[in-house]
Amino acid sequence: MVLTFLGLTVVTFFIGRVIPIDPALAIVGSKASNETYERVRAEIGLDLPLPVQYWRYLAKVLHGDFGTSVITSQPVLTDMLSVFPATLELALLALLIGAVGGVPLGVVAATHRGRWPDHLTRLLSLFGYSMPVFWLGLVGLLLFYAKLGWVEGPGRIDVGYEDMVPTVTGLLTVDALLDGDYDVFRNALSHLVLPASILGYLSLAYVARMTRGFMLGQLRQEYVLAAKAKGLSQWRVVWVHALGNVWVQLITVIALTFGSLLEGAVLTETVFSWPGLGLYMKNSLFNADLNAVLGGTVMVGVAYILLNLISDLLYPLVDPRARERT
Amino acid sequence: MHRRLIAALAALPLVAAPAAFAATPPDTVVIAKQIDDIISLDPGEDYELSGVEIATNIYDRLLRYEAEDVTKLVGGVAESWTITPDGKVFTFKLRPNQVFQDGAPLTADDVAFSLQRVVIMDKTPAFLLDQLGWTAANVKDLVKATAPDTLQFTITADLAPSLVLNLMTSIVASVVEKKVAMEHEVNGDFGNAWLKAHSAASGAYKLVAWKPNESVILDANPKFRLGAPFNRRVIVRHVPETASQLLLLEKGDVDIAFNLSPDQLTTLNGNKDVKVESFPGSDSWYMSMNVADNRLKNPKVRQALKYLVDYDGMVSSFLKGRFFTHETFLPQGFLGALDYNPFKLDLAKAKSLLAQAGYPDGFELKMDAPNTSPFTEIAQSVQQTFGEAGIKVSIVPGELKSVIGVYRARKHQLLLVSWGPDYFDPHTNADSFARNTDNSDKPATKPLAWRNSWYIPEISKETADAAKELDTAKRVALYEDLQRKVTDEGPFILMFQTAQPIASRANVTGFRAGLTEDITFYRLTAKH
Amino acid sequence: MRAWLLDPAPASRRQARCGRWFRAWLGFSSNGLAMTGLAIVVALVLIAVCAPLIAGSRAATLQSLGDRLQPASRAHWFGTDELGRDIFARTVFGARITLTIVALVGAIVVPVGLVIGLPAGYFGGAVDAVLMRLTDIFLAFPRLVLALAFAAALGPGIDNAVVAIALTTWPPYARLARAETLTHRHAEFVQAAVLQGASRTSILFRQILPLCLPSVLIRLTLDMAGIIITAAGLGFLGLGAQPPAPEWGAMVASGRQVLLNQWWVATIPGIAIFVTSVGFNLLGDGLRDVADARG
Repeated sequence: MVLTFLGLTVVTFFIGRVIPIDPALAIVGSKASNETYERVRAEIGLDLPLPVQYWRYLAKVLHGDFGTSVITSQPVLTDMLSVFPATLELALLALLIGAVGGVPLGVVAATHRGRWPDHLTRLLSLFGYSMPVFWLGLVGLLLFYAKLGWVEGPGRIDVGYEDMVPTVTGLLTVDALLDGDYDVFRNALSHLVLPASILGYLSLAYVARMTRGFMLGQLRQEYVLAAKAKGLSQWRVVWVHALGNVWVQLITVIALTFGSLLEGAVLTETVFSWPGLGLYMKNSLFNADLNAVLGGTVMVGVAYILLNLISDLLYPLVDPRARERT
Repeated sequence: MHRRLIAALAALPLVAAPAAFAATPPDTVVIAKQIDDIISLDPGEDYELSGVEIATNIYDRLLRYEAEDVTKLVGGVAESWTITPDGKVFTFKLRPNQVFQDGAPLTADDVAFSLQRVVIMDKTPAFLLDQLGWTAANVKDLVKATAPDTLQFTITADLAPSLVLNLMTSIVASVVEKKVAMEHEVNGDFGNAWLKAHSAASGAYKLVAWKPNESVILDANPKFRLGAPFNRRVIVRHVPETASQLLLLEKGDVDIAFNLSPDQLTTLNGNKDVKVESFPGSDSWYMSMNVADNRLKNPKVRQALKYLVDYDGMVSSFLKGRFFTHETFLPQGFLGALDYNPFKLDLAKAKSLLAQAGYPDGFELKMDAPNTSPFTEIAQSVQQTFGEAGIKVSIVPGELKSVIGVYRARKHQLLLVSWGPDYFDPHTNADSFARNTDNSDKPATKPLAWRNSWYIPEISKETADAAKELDTAKRVALYEDLQRKVTDEGPFILMFQTAQPIASRANVTGFRAGLTEDITFYRLTAKH
Repeated sequence: MRAWLLDPAPASRRQARCGRWFRAWLGFSSNGLAMTGLAIVVALVLIAVCAPLIAGSRAATLQSLGDRLQPASRAHWFGTDELGRDIFARTVFGARITLTIVALVGAIVVPVGLVIGLPAGYFGGAVDAVLMRLTDIFLAFPRLVLALAFAAALGPGIDNAVVAIALTTWPPYARLARAETLTHRHAEFVQAAVLQGASRTSILFRQILPLCLPSVLIRLTLDMAGIIITAAGLGFLGLGAQPPAPEWGAMVASGRQVLLNQWWVATIPGIAIFVTSVGFNLLGDGLRDVADARG
């Protein structure tokens, strides 16, 4: 765990140093004199040997100091905390859609194995796996925002509604509800729905497939037959008993899905101009904002390690072959 | 509340809320623009295009070109000025009764402080004032408030007075409130850290908030010297995708869109809710040829390449409305700018020039180019036309910042990039395109001529002479001569000058994009 | 022939092996979806190989500024893009780039995964700990973020995109190879080889490697769709193949500017990505089903 974390920082740190954009130049701009440029280079410690730079960086990180972002002039940690809720809101709703849609689909597919609901689910999952998310986002935007006008477009909220509700959780929809401001809520939700549905579809594909697998395993068990023989309704057997038994496994799967949602966020947020962690990292990467890139990658990496840890703890409960498919 | 939440969530996948009536608030102007280049709004540090535009609207300057007539140099916080006959000592009398946005009076002491802090902090824009001969050591002696309403400064360099006055209309002549800045000083930074995202100004707008990569919010200053702005609030929203800008504009979610592509603009034809106006811009888009490369060192080769660009084909297709052909280094609208376009696509001529130079079969070249539109399209068009004469170009795309890194290190053969003037005077471009007296690897500055290893002691001298010429007619003649030389012989394939087509909602009036960011004003923009 | 292949009592090793493969094929070919996948992949390969024939006179990079953004017509089946290039030709030639990327990533990932996974599983102990720790570090990154970081660090281009994707794709292969090795290392024939005095490397690469290979290759097929999508994502962000190369992700990115009115510019390459990854997914699923049935 600690070693993994160290490795993580080493890898990100060295990626940051070989990036072809000169961070000092990114600060001073194209027209600066040589003198200004050299001074800034020294200021950010680029003239020191790499191991020393790394050591200094690590020491700071351990104190929770990821340095200051070049783009925003704020501590990276502050930046992260302000962009993370946007991603969290997106990922949570996507996860909700994935779970609420995926689990029933998977169950129905399992109970109707080999018949049309099964094929339909399989097709839906297959399309989900095979879909480039950035493209689906674009097409969705074209269709639902530009042509049909069902949802709001890119961004998190209309400018007219910006800063209208106090920040409590950072999740705009929740904050709006807490404040009782339904106009803001409607607007924020309408912005959120499309990107979340698109991300949600991808997780739905995965959840449905896994659920189907788990349920098939359960339905073969003897207790199911026994229960049926005792006269319990098919509905009760499937939805209460069998599903109840795979619940833990499903939670593990959903936890893992959450990790891939964070990843899908980079592209989705780019397409939807969603001011979250993914967009933040992409921007800092393209602007040689080293501290931000490193901080972001380390944070996401840590989140990943934690998610993996959780899934490892629950590992024995999950079919190893199923896990292999992630 | 609970029930509503559940109802809304239940309907989610089918898309719940009907799109709210989309319109921006009546007294607020919302601008969609790419503003991710802003790294600071402190006028002593701010030097990126979008940042300068914002600061133009927040801070008043010593002198100005005002929105009402952007071609006329007038006083900003200064009412009048005198210059000694030798052109060294400048005395400015300030307008009476000016106040900062917090109500405190604006004095010559604030102005002196503002100029001094730029030089002493030595951030990127400091070079503008360094040209005057000011250094951190001498600036406090050379720039002084001689009375509460009188500022006097002395320059030690030889420069034309018109150039010095023009410098006083640039970002570094913004007037910062000394007391507020010093209250927020940390480790002798003159309040720099605080001023990055706050304002202490007397201009038309107050900075309410800058959220990097998201938005800048400005509130009107009712006490502004020239009267309150026509709107109460301006929000500049960062919308990186031009397609999104278009959508937002069509839906009425923004009032003005800055960065639409020509193809997107054509789609707006016939839309009664939106109008498009075009304003000239001042950026020069050009390709540079590093003469450190033996082949590009040959003037015939350079000339041949200048005949291998489809200038007209590009401006009449994918660059339509955004650019026009302009082959000299001074943009139209600048003092002395020349209308001189000697080159056009001429395959036969290019081939014969290449044959004369000893390359009848062409050769291979690398071209560094930024990986954003329309750089990519231009690069690909050039790649094709060069190819017709046997010059095989391989494009090396990169982020703009890494391309500039390559450029400053002189590691390119061909390189496609753009240049924007720093202030409203011909010297700003001449000093970079036509100056290189130190071709060593570590010069004090890296003008564009240096970046292409174009060593030009004589032309550099002419540039210096033009900068200090007191007679404006003679000055113009010098710049015209310089432009011809650079266009004909230089290592630059000067191609286009930008135009700024601004799309706005039909009910928006009074918005004009300035030739430079220093003259793009928000205060006359209103909605009806 | 069929009888020979299906003979329940094969006369030779060769016959037994051929029979096993044939039965697998029978299972596979009775699976309609899997066959669809195979058909798509085969078609893709054919398109890539015969691209110049299929595209005919249309060249993928030939610009014609007068014919920009044309809708589909007889001359341009899929219309033209922002520089007047034929989108049909570009989509066809794009198949080459996509296949190249997939093949190269596979060619890097499988050997790397095996070289790390086999010794880890076989030797255990310190070797295992070190190698698996390394694997964990790479697994700790979200794949796209890491690929993005690598691609940005290495600079844009197909080669670098391949390296970036490979660097983020190998860890599961190492894990898989290790797991397979663990199950096989105490097998009788391995013990026999040890007794015969075979060297460790020879056991590892002659005895165990062939056993790991099938599952690794199936995993690769299943991953192909993911690799294609990641590569397209990098291209979309401007970090993959570079202009004027007709890479599908980059084509979507450039079509995005004119999405509202010339929807085909972005949509068609998107469909190409989608269909291709559906093909690989179906093929991979089919192969896995066959392997499961055998195992």
